Amino acid sequence: MTESSGFVDHAGTGRQWYDLFSRGARDWLRHNDKVRAAVRDQLPELIAGSDLLPRPDSTVQVPVRFLEHARLRLRDAQQPEGVGQGDGKPGDKLAAPTEPGAGSGAGGDGEGGFQFVLELKIDDIVDWLWEELNLPNLKVKAGAVRHDDYTREGWSRRGVRSRLDRRRSLKEAIKRRAVQRQGPAFSNDDLRYQQLALRRRPATEAVVYFAMDVSSSMTEHDRQLAKTFFFWVVQGLRRQYTHIEPVFVAHTVEAWEFAEAEFFQVTGSGGTVASTAFRKVLDIASQRYDPGRFNTYVFYASDGENFSQDHDAAAAALAELGGVANYIGYVETASRAQQPLGTATAALFEQLQAATGAAGRHALSTPESVWDAIRAFFSRPVEQAA
Amino acid sequence: MSGSLQGYAGRLETLAHEHGLDYYPVQFEEVPSSFMMEIAVYGLPVRMPHWSFGVRYIHQLVQHRMGHSRLFEVVFPGNPGHAYLAGNNSLQENTLVTAHVLGHADFAKNNSLFKRSQEQVGYRIVERAATHARQIGGAVELYGQTRVEQVLDAALALEAHIDPFQGLRRERYPQYVDATRTARGDPFHQRFENLPGGTLLADAPLERLRTPIPPSPERDLLWFIAEYSPELEDWERDIFRAVREESFYFYPVFACQIMNEGWASYWHARLLREADFLPQNEYLDALKTHSDVVRPHAAEQQASLAINHYHLGFALWEAIVEEHGVERAFAIRAEDDDFSFVRNHLTQDLAEELKLFRYEQTNDGSVRVLDHDIHALRETVLAPKYNFGAPAVLAKHIAHDGSLTLHHQHETDGRGLDLDRAERVLDYLHKVWRRPVTLETVDSAGQPKAISRS
Repeated sequence: MTESSGFVDHAGTGRQWYDLFSRGARDWLRHNDKVRAAVRDQLPELIAGSDLLPRPDSTVQVPVRFLEHARLRLRDAQQPEGVGQGDGKPGDKLAAPTEPGAGSGAGGDGEGGFQFVLELKIDDIVDWLWEELNLPNLKVKAGAVRHDDYTREGWSRRGVRSRLDRRRSLKEAIKRRAVQRQGPAFSNDDLRYQQLALRRRPATEAVVYFAMDVSSSMTEHDRQLAKTFFFWVVQGLRRQYTHIEPVFVAHTVEAWEFAEAEFFQVTGSGGTVASTAFRKVLDIASQRYDPGRFNTYVFYASDGENFSQDHDAAAAALAELGGVANYIGYVETASRAQQPLGTATAALFEQLQAATGAAGRHALSTPESVWDAIRAFFSRPVEQAA
Repeated sequence: MSGSLQGYAGRLETLAHEHGLDYYPVQFEEVPSSFMMEIAVYGLPVRMPHWSFGVRYIHQLVQHRMGHSRLFEVVFPGNPGHAYLAGNNSLQENTLVTAHVLGHADFAKNNSLFKRSQEQVGYRIVERAATHARQIGGAVELYGQTRVEQVLDAALALEAHIDPFQGLRRERYPQYVDATRTARGDPFHQRFENLPGGTLLADAPLERLRTPIPPSPERDLLWFIAEYSPELEDWERDIFRAVREESFYFYPVFACQIMNEGWASYWHARLLREADFLPQNEYLDALKTHSDVVRPHAAEQQASLAINHYHLGFALWEAIVEEHGVERAFAIRAEDDDFSFVRNHLTQDLAEELKLFRYEQTNDGSVRVLDHDIHALRETVLAPKYNFGAPAVLAKHIAHDGSLTLHHQHETDGRGLDLDRAERVLDYLHKVWRRPVTLETVDSAGQPKAISRS
C-alpha cells in the first residue's frame, strides 16, 4: 500500500492479539499489587481498626485510594480562572461545577480521588505480621510430652501423585538419558515420590494465659485496645505453633475463665482486684497445665488501677507466677493516664522484670501502639532449645 | 469493513484531493471498542507497560460504562498514517469519521510542528513505540520489574519536561569553554596593553575552563538525566531516551490540539456537505453525529464552565475560511500552533458569537463571571498549554559530589509547586539520580522553599 489509503481487514486472519490480551488490565493488576504492598507496609495502623475483630475466618475489606503517579504541577490557584461558554454577564453567579476536573484534558487530573475496596485475608495479614515473631524464651521442657509426627524421609518409586518430587524425578530422567541416548524424555521409572516416616519428636508445648481487666474503670476504648492486642496475638500464635493452648481469664474483683468466643465479648463492672486473676492463672496451671511440662506465658491487660489494699497480694501472686512462667507481659491501656506505665501495677511488673528478667511492659495508648506492643513482646530471637 | 464504507471512503478521498488536502496514505483499521479505549489511555496502540496506565485505564473504563465518553477514532501521523476506528461505529458514523481522519492526516503532513517532530522521531511512531515496549519488556526480564519500574516512575513523571526547540538529537555540552576575555575599557589598561615591546595581552592563549554542567539552566530534564546522571546504567539511560522520544511525538499533538481537532472537524463537515454521492438519509445521520461532536458544552444548559476544543477550533476555522479564503486557511494550518492560532484568529466578534466568558472560582466554591475581555480570554484559554502543560522546572547545577539542583521558575509560572506532589516526584528522581537532589520553588506564602533528598 504505497499510493492510496486502505483498510486493514482482519476478517480472514482470525483474532488479533488485542482480543486475547489487555495491556490496560495487566497494568491495572500491577497497580493493585503495589497497593497491596503499600497496605502491607501500613498494617500496624490497619489492624488497629476495631471492625476487623469479630471475623477471625473471613476477609477484611480495606478501602484504599488509587495510587497516583505524581507529576510536577503548580499548587492550586487561590481563585482558579477559566473560560466558559454560554449566557453569562460579568458579575453573574453560576452554579458550582459538579465535576471539578471537567475539561482539563488528558492529563488525568484528579485521579487520586477514586476509592476502591481491597480484600485481604486475615490469614495473610497474620502471616505478614508474624513473619519474624516468636514466643520469647520458648524451651523444650524436660520430660515433655513427645509427639508422633510424620516427617519427610527419603524417596520411593511409588507413591501418591501429591508427593511426586519433580526436581528429583527430573534428575533421574537426566541421569538415565545420559546413558540411554534414545530413551524417552520421561519414563515411569524416573518418577520419585517423597516418603513419610513416623518419628517421635520432643515437643515444645506452650500454654498462653490471656488475662484482662474488665472492671468499670476500663473505658470502652481501653477494652477495645486490649481486645485488639489479644486478638492478633492469638491469631499469630495459632499460626506459628501447632501445639499451643490459649486460656482466657477476665477479672473484676473476682476472676473467671472464659471460652475464646465469649472472652472477646466480655464486659464487666465493679472494682479491680488484680491478684484474683493471677491466682486464677496459678490455679489453672496447677490443675491442667503443669509448668514442668508446659511453657507458660501470661499476658495481662489492665488500665493499672488496682485496689490499693490488693497491692501486697498482687505482688505475692505475681512473684509466684514469675517463678513458673517463661515470660509475663503486661500491657497498660493508658488512654487516660497522664504518664504511660506510671501506675502501681506497672511498678509491680517492673520489679518482676528486674527480678526474673522474663517479663515486659508496654503501654497501649493509640491503635497503632497495638502493633508496637506485639513487636516488643515477640520480636526477640528464639532461644536455642537445650 | 463494510463494502459501502469502502466505496464512500474512496470517493471522499477523491473529493478531499480536489479540495487540496494533502496527506500520506492512511491505513484504516477497525478495532474493538475495548482496544480503542486502551489506545486512548496509552496514547499509542502499543506502549511501554507502567502501572499508572492501569489507573487511567480503570478511570476510562468507568467513564465508558457510565456512557460519559465515546471514542470514534484515533489517528496517528506518519507515512503511512494509522487510523483506528471503533468497531461499534455505525456506517454513518464511519463515513464522518473517515472524512475527519483525512483532515487530521492533512494536518499531520503539513503543520510545521508535526513535520518537525516526524523528521526527528520518524514517520513510524506506532512501530517505534512498539519497539520501545519490547525493549522495556526485555529489560523487565533481565533486571526485574522493580528496577525497571523505578526508572519508569521517574522518566514518565518527567514526561513533559523536554525542550522541543532544542531538537531530539542533541550533542552533549562542550567539555571546555574559552575563558572570555574581560574587556577592560579604562584608558590606563588600553595604554598598558599597547606599550611597545610587551606581548599583546590580546594574543596570549586563552585559559580553557571546564564547562559547568549545565552551562545554563536546562529545560530538557529527560535528556539531561539520560546524559549526565552519574549513576545510571546504560539500559536505564535507554529507558529515559525511549520516554523522551515518545514525548517529542506527543508535543505537537498537545500544542496544536485546538487547531488540529478544529481542522479535522471543519473538513469532515465540508466534505460531507459536498458528498452528493451519499444518500440523503445517510448524510443526515452523519450530520447528526457531527453536531454531537462539535457541540458546545453549553448546549443543554445556560452556561458551561468548559469549552469544547472541537467546537472552538471548528468555529475558528469556519470564520477564517469565510473571511480570508481557503488558501489562507491552508497557510495557517501549516504555520501556526494553538498559541498563534488563538491569538491571531479568536476575535472579539467571534468570542461574542460563541458567547465565551471568563470566570473565577471563589474560595466558597461559587463561580463568578468575570468579563468578556478578548485578550484575557485568549490567555486563559492558552494558560494550560504553556511549556507542554508542565511547570517550568530546570536543571540548574550539578555539584562536585554529583548532587543535583533543580530550580522552579516560579516567577514565570506565577506560583509555587504543589509540594506534596513535588516531594513524591523528587522521591522518584532520587532513586535514579542516586546522589542528593534538591528542588527549589516557593511555598504558599511566596517564600523560597527547597526540598531535598539525600
